[in-house]
Amino acid sequence: MSGTLAASGLSVRYETPHGSVHALRHVDIEAHPGEVIGIVGESGCGKSTLVTALANLLPANARIDGAIRYNGVDLAKLDAHRQRLLRGDEIALVGQDPMTAFNPVLTIGDQLVDFQHHRKDLSRTLKRARIAAMLARVGIADAERRMRSYPHELSGGMRQRVAIAAALLTDPGLLIADEPTTALDVTMEAQIIHLLRELRREYNGIVIVVSHHLGVIAELCDRVYVMYAGEVVEGGEVDAIFHDPRHPYTQALLACDPARFHDRLDRLPTIPGSLPSLIQPPPGCVYAPRCGKAFAPCKTIAPPLVKLTACHAARCYVATP
Amino acid sequence: MSSVAEAAPSTPDRQRLVLLRALLADPFTRVALLLVAGFLVTAIFAPWLAPYSPLKIDVLHKLQPPSAAHWFGTDHLGRDLLSRVIYGARTALTIAMVSVAIAGAIGLLLGLVAGYGPRWLDAILVLSFDSMNSLPMIMFALAVITVLGAGTGTLIIVIAATSFPSYARLIRAQTLALKNSDYILAERLLDASAARIIFIHLLPNVVGPLIILLSMDIPVVIMVEAGLSFLGLGVRPPTPSWGSILYDGYTSIRSAPFMVIFGGLPLVLATLGFTFLGEGLRDYLDPRLQLRRPA
Amino acid sequence: MLAYAVKRIGLGLLILVLVMVAMYAAVFLVPGDPATVALGPRATPELKRLLIERMGLDQPVWWQIVEFFRNALTGNLGYDVWSNRPVSTLVLEALPNTLVLGLTALAVALLIGVPLGCLSVMRRGTAADAAIGVLSVGVIAVPSFVVAIYSLLLFAVTLRWLPAIGAGEAGDFLSQARALVMPAAAIALGWIGYIARMVRASMMEVMGEPHIRTARSFGLPEWKIVSKYALRIAIIPTISLVAVGLGSILSSAVFVEAVFARPGIGKLITDAVSTRNYPVVMGTVLVMTAIYVSITIAADLLIARLDPRVRDVFRG
Repeated sequence: MSGTLAASGLSVRYETPHGSVHALRHVDIEAHPGEVIGIVGESGCGKSTLVTALANLLPANARIDGAIRYNGVDLAKLDAHRQRLLRGDEIALVGQDPMTAFNPVLTIGDQLVDFQHHRKDLSRTLKRARIAAMLARVGIADAERRMRSYPHELSGGMRQRVAIAAALLTDPGLLIADEPTTALDVTMEAQIIHLLRELRREYNGIVIVVSHHLGVIAELCDRVYVMYAGEVVEGGEVDAIFHDPRHPYTQALLACDPARFHDRLDRLPTIPGSLPSLIQPPPGCVYAPRCGKAFAPCKTIAPPLVKLTACHAARCYVATP
Repeated sequence: MSSVAEAAPSTPDRQRLVLLRALLADPFTRVALLLVAGFLVTAIFAPWLAPYSPLKIDVLHKLQPPSAAHWFGTDHLGRDLLSRVIYGARTALTIAMVSVAIAGAIGLLLGLVAGYGPRWLDAILVLSFDSMNSLPMIMFALAVITVLGAGTGTLIIVIAATSFPSYARLIRAQTLALKNSDYILAERLLDASAARIIFIHLLPNVVGPLIILLSMDIPVVIMVEAGLSFLGLGVRPPTPSWGSILYDGYTSIRSAPFMVIFGGLPLVLATLGFTFLGEGLRDYLDPRLQLRRPA
Repeated sequence: MLAYAVKRIGLGLLILVLVMVAMYAAVFLVPGDPATVALGPRATPELKRLLIERMGLDQPVWWQIVEFFRNALTGNLGYDVWSNRPVSTLVLEALPNTLVLGLTALAVALLIGVPLGCLSVMRRGTAADAAIGVLSVGVIAVPSFVVAIYSLLLFAVTLRWLPAIGAGEAGDFLSQARALVMPAAAIALGWIGYIARMVRASMMEVMGEPHIRTARSFGLPEWKIVSKYALRIAIIPTISLVAVGLGSILSSAVFVEAVFARPGIGKLITDAVSTRNYPVVMGTVLVMTAIYVSITIAADLLIARLDPRVRDVFRG
């Protein structure tokens, strides 16, 4: 089963002893079955909070506003029990660090059997057969033996394959991969991206890939949302974002991507300044304090989302269709 | 973090005030503090508080139930139970404080030596601490009592000898951690003497956790004293001890049940009070310190 | 793994030898010979000579020590002059009562304490959690022999529900079980609180680890996350502390056996200490130390088995 996902006016703040941290503000995103959506931004921009909210895994001190409509149901309004029933059935998450993602004292097979707990119709033997097939599918040789292994007996890349297999086993309508390659070395990263590209052809649910790595996003996604300081500043098709970025932040981000330099540079370019405080976000555009193109209203009045084409929009006064 | 550091008081006096306020914030710690203060006052002012001499025998009025003249009744020799309980507090607290202080001092010394001294000495000391910790303490205690004979002195030796290894281990661990810290390394580069480093830098920093551990052990020691005195292997009669009162009550539990009730109650209240106070201190000062084991 | 086991067992044996040598040395350092101490000042010289011969006190100290260990290896712990029976027989008669008591108490404490700790974690931050926390500290604080005396007064003397003393009729399971209830409960009470706190503390640490988030992200029910995914890891430090704690349980047994006049090791050794009966004290100390040291080693090896990460460290 799969349906459309739409977050509208989504805000998340964490209540801490030092004040409320506005980790996410009025975020609108949309995803349709069969689409691969990328979410990109630097550390601390709120991408993790966004996917955590989508997966209903926010910690107890988080307060959520707005709506996350999935299949016509508002996930944000569901009680804890109904949310839990969706996790591991409709929604699956592939975590950041494969080294710590699995329980160290249970075998891989044991954990993957447990993760199929929503499938009451399957016997344990059947579940194990499904695991073996899926492990083989994600490229793990000797699947039967690997099921009897403990996580520490597998390499990082292999563990990430297992994590992807675990998520696919639940046959989710929404698959979220939170920085799926960040903890891996370059060879492993290439292999995992290759695997994800293969899988997207067979899979017709929604995939959301979160990464700070522009290459990963460009390779995998149909559409991209660029996040900065808790806001989505620009969104559109991969080609449009990478070849015709309209928000000054997206432009700066692309200019800093080392993969795009053709020549060896003496100095790597950086964006001057630093992230604004999320406890007291700036009143105007969040990027204004660091923006080279900012003018008077940018600092005081938040710019609206400007629709540039049918599916390309940027939150900036400078951007015009 | 920075805002926490700014809020922290700078002078020792204010630190003590903040500690006290934090302890008083928890209702259980508040009651515990009250109990401990009560027992301390009782122990110090026992001669003024006790209505009779705890040793005065009056066999004509033995095993009398509680009355206006004898609030807690009298024991099998006609001694006033309330007076014996009050003096029992003195016995319990004196033995607890003295033995814990001795054990703390030994532990501090050996821990500093092990942590700061040469590697081979450290290895020997750690092996002996571990060996002592891997012995069943009560068996060790009973063996020592067999050799030395029961009595207050033996009791203090036994308690000190069984508890110093865990203090020494703590001090050693703290010393090792500090020894390799940047500011001690800097001092050593400046050719500071070992005495200066130990007394000026190490000692003030390792004493805090030790005091928490000592305070957490006081109820255990009170219990051990009472337990051994109950078995007739602790404080020698006629010195009043909560343990020996319990034993006297135990032998006449059918005819005079009030004796075990009044003999056990102060023991329970004292161990509860000291335990909750120790817990409060630990929670506030060093929550990572280990939990107390049951006695 | 094997090398580790050999090292641990070797260290354990060394400790045993050191303890007994230290005890022998202590006996001879203290003024007054054990025979006089045991018989009292009014004993006739003939009787004293007889006792000295039977206790082997006329031999040099080092010879006595060697002799003691040589005999101990063959299961001979010496002779109790008072009851005219071998010490090993006395110990073997008393040991089952103490072991049954200690293990029952430990089993009860684990059966109640572990679920309480889990419940605390599942209801963390609620009034139930706080209540379990305070009650745990409370029962840890109360000395077990006072619990024993109070329950004796209530259930045996006043209500007459349970037998006051002894270990029950030999061969009668029900009578033995009834005699076990109060001593075991008195010891278990504090341990329930201790285990509940231990489990809670180590479980709270585990609950913050990323693999718990993975289990959550697959929608596993909280009880299953706590009882399987967290407990399997959190129980490891608890097991080692419980094993070390078995020593304290045996200590509590000494006092509790005295209250219920239960014929166990505790009663044997306290009676021997009061009469300064050296052979019995030494034999009992040797056996109990050996048991205690082997439990500690067994616990370490068990932990190595339970944690596949540790297991591989030893294997590799």
